[in-house]
Amino acid sequence: METTEEWIRNVSGIEERRYAAEEETVAALAVSAGQDCLQRCGVAPGQVRLLLVASGSAERRFPGPAASVAAALGLGETPALDVPLASAGSLFALALGAQLCDAYGTVLVVAAEKMSSAVQLDATNRGTAMLFGDGAGAALLSAAGGIARVVSSVLHSDGAYAEDLRLEFGKPLEMNGRSVILQASRKVPRAIEELLSAAGRAPAEIACFLMHQANQHLIVRIAEALAVPPERFFSNIHLYGNTSSASLLIAAREWSDAHGFRHGEPVVFAAFGAGFHWGALLAEGC
Amino acid sequence: MNPQAQISEIVKQVAKKPLPPDPEESLFDSGVLDSFALPDLVSRLEKEFGISIPDADLAPRKFESLARIEAYLESRR
Repeated sequence: METTEEWIRNVSGIEERRYAAEEETVAALAVSAGQDCLQRCGVAPGQVRLLLVASGSAERRFPGPAASVAAALGLGETPALDVPLASAGSLFALALGAQLCDAYGTVLVVAAEKMSSAVQLDATNRGTAMLFGDGAGAALLSAAGGIARVVSSVLHSDGAYAEDLRLEFGKPLEMNGRSVILQASRKVPRAIEELLSAAGRAPAEIACFLMHQANQHLIVRIAEALAVPPERFFSNIHLYGNTSSASLLIAAREWSDAHGFRHGEPVVFAAFGAGFHWGALLAEGC
Repeated sequence: MNPQAQISEIVKQVAKKPLPPDPEESLFDSGVLDSFALPDLVSRLEKEFGISIPDADLAPRKFESLARIEAYLESRR
């Protein structure tokens, strides 16, 4: 591909990204993240009552990875649901999972992506090949408490631009970057303002914004639209590239390890992706 | 200032680059605008022309060239 490291860094902020091994599946990545999450939370697989697996890069039409992930995690006959939304999938799963806790009990949310399989089909397309990486993340939702509580969320979808970001089986990823950036740079700040306004909060009060890691310039632009210093937006895109739905949960884990949810401190999660689907979620440290 | 001149001035200020001589030429392909300048351009057009551009109108092709921007703004009158 005709490009340079400098160009990639300038247009995206990406310096490194990870690719899974050729034989590793989306489900295998999800299982690793799910096991790690359960161990860190000290929760046995038998205590999980619902599994939500977000992925836009699963290998087959059906069944999606959720059932295989549930089996590998030892969840028995626990219901396992796929959320094939791509980049906004983990946000939607977190928001809906939090509401399903009352009905089901403990909900495990996992997001896993093997974007390398998609972009390698068009490996010389510098508009996509250098952007995406592989990864997985997980979060456990429980009505019984934890390190943070989900206060509220807003979710939106608009299929008018469904063709502008899409991945079909056996075909390379198609992205109209201008459309994605134009829509995301307006819709995400608006969703965050909608979320915070309903909660009686202002952007300046938020301790940290955890965004889907799509592009560093987009993250900065959203910070500017909210009149918040960009440093308030956690970023690790330089290390992993865009890992689609996994990026939000990887960011949450890394921010939580480095900083930690503190009692009463508000944190906003936000994502935007194919569909378009987008939204924001307000959490508060316990 | 007529709308055509006003649009050119706005694009020039957002892009910080000289404009293509042909108003039909793509502002993207000619390197005048990049993806991240487009949201700035739309915001400036909204401010300077006193309009609100709905998300449904935010197809990049509507802002592809000076002529297309002019045609879009004309359609909003």
